[in-house]
Amino acid sequence: MKIKVNGKEKELEEEITIKKLIDLLGLADRPLAVELNKEVVKKENHNSVRLKDGDTVEIIHFVGGG
Amino acid sequence: MMEEDVLVLGNKKFKSRLFVGTGKYSSFEETKQALEISGAEIVTVAVRRVNLDDPSKESLLDYIDREKYTILPNTAGCYTEEDAVRTARLAREAGLSDMVKLEVIGDEKTLFPDNEALLSATKTLVKEGFIVLPYTNDDPIMAKKLEDAGAAAVMPLGAPIGSGLGIRNPYNIKIILETVKVPVIVDAGVGTASDAAIAMELGCDGVLMNTGIAGAKKPLLMAEAMKYAVKAGRLAYLAGRIPKKLYATASSPITDIIGQD
Repeated sequence: MKIKVNGKEKELEEEITIKKLIDLLGLADRPLAVELNKEVVKKENHNSVRLKDGDTVEIIHFVGGG
Repeated sequence: MMEEDVLVLGNKKFKSRLFVGTGKYSSFEETKQALEISGAEIVTVAVRRVNLDDPSKESLLDYIDREKYTILPNTAGCYTEEDAVRTARLAREAGLSDMVKLEVIGDEKTLFPDNEALLSATKTLVKEGFIVLPYTNDDPIMAKKLEDAGAAAVMPLGAPIGSGLGIRNPYNIKIILETVKVPVIVDAGVGTASDAAIAMELGCDGVLMNTGIAGAKKPLLMAEAMKYAVKAGRLAYLAGRIPKKLYATASSPITDIIGQD
């Protein structure tokens, strides 16, 4: 299945949770936030929400800005 | 001594009235030092996609002591209400702050706000419990609308973002100060210390700047200059300046001068 993460297509072999995606991307334990199809996914739900074919995910963090 | 002069925003009290951005520094280390020297207690950050190609990259937050600084995420770069609201929600979900410096930009060249979208986004986020600090133009009518919409402060620009043109319309800022009861924080346009001092002398509750410090030849020195400028301007405002007059008034006694008959 295909999903889009931060504007780029990503191929996944199976439906995985958001938590698993974060781990796969090497972002575990980082202060970040996740949006799935334009809706924020609360941290406590990262372990239960599963990604489906065609989903769009945004993973953000804080950078320097004014 | 006078009682402690603090700025209240949301449910927090701040001694420093200088808000500092974290963009454009040459390194995170320099960012950290500039924050330290400026004495700021509130620092702005931007919300961006994580770089998935290099997730091991250092994070700005590793350099910001969250015990010491209140993080104020912004929605810079958002040109629509929807994007600004989504960005604010993501920022809050990241778990560092319920505050948001709300920007809805109308035009790339001026980075002036899209007031209509800004007001609407403010209403949405206030309803969701955010402490909303909207970046607005120096328009008293807009400031009042934002206050009525529940903004915790209004942040009129002194001049376009990053322009360094200073407080271009101090009279509008003054009218805004008379129009709203929430704190007024000048955001954007400050180029040097006197600009910050002028904003504070007008009676503003704070000044927010980024490029003014980060873009200086010696950012750390400018951070120090801004610390004193904001403080000096605030003290001068509290002290109450003398009225301006066209002609001289002698400061030495005008009697008992030698040679008088």
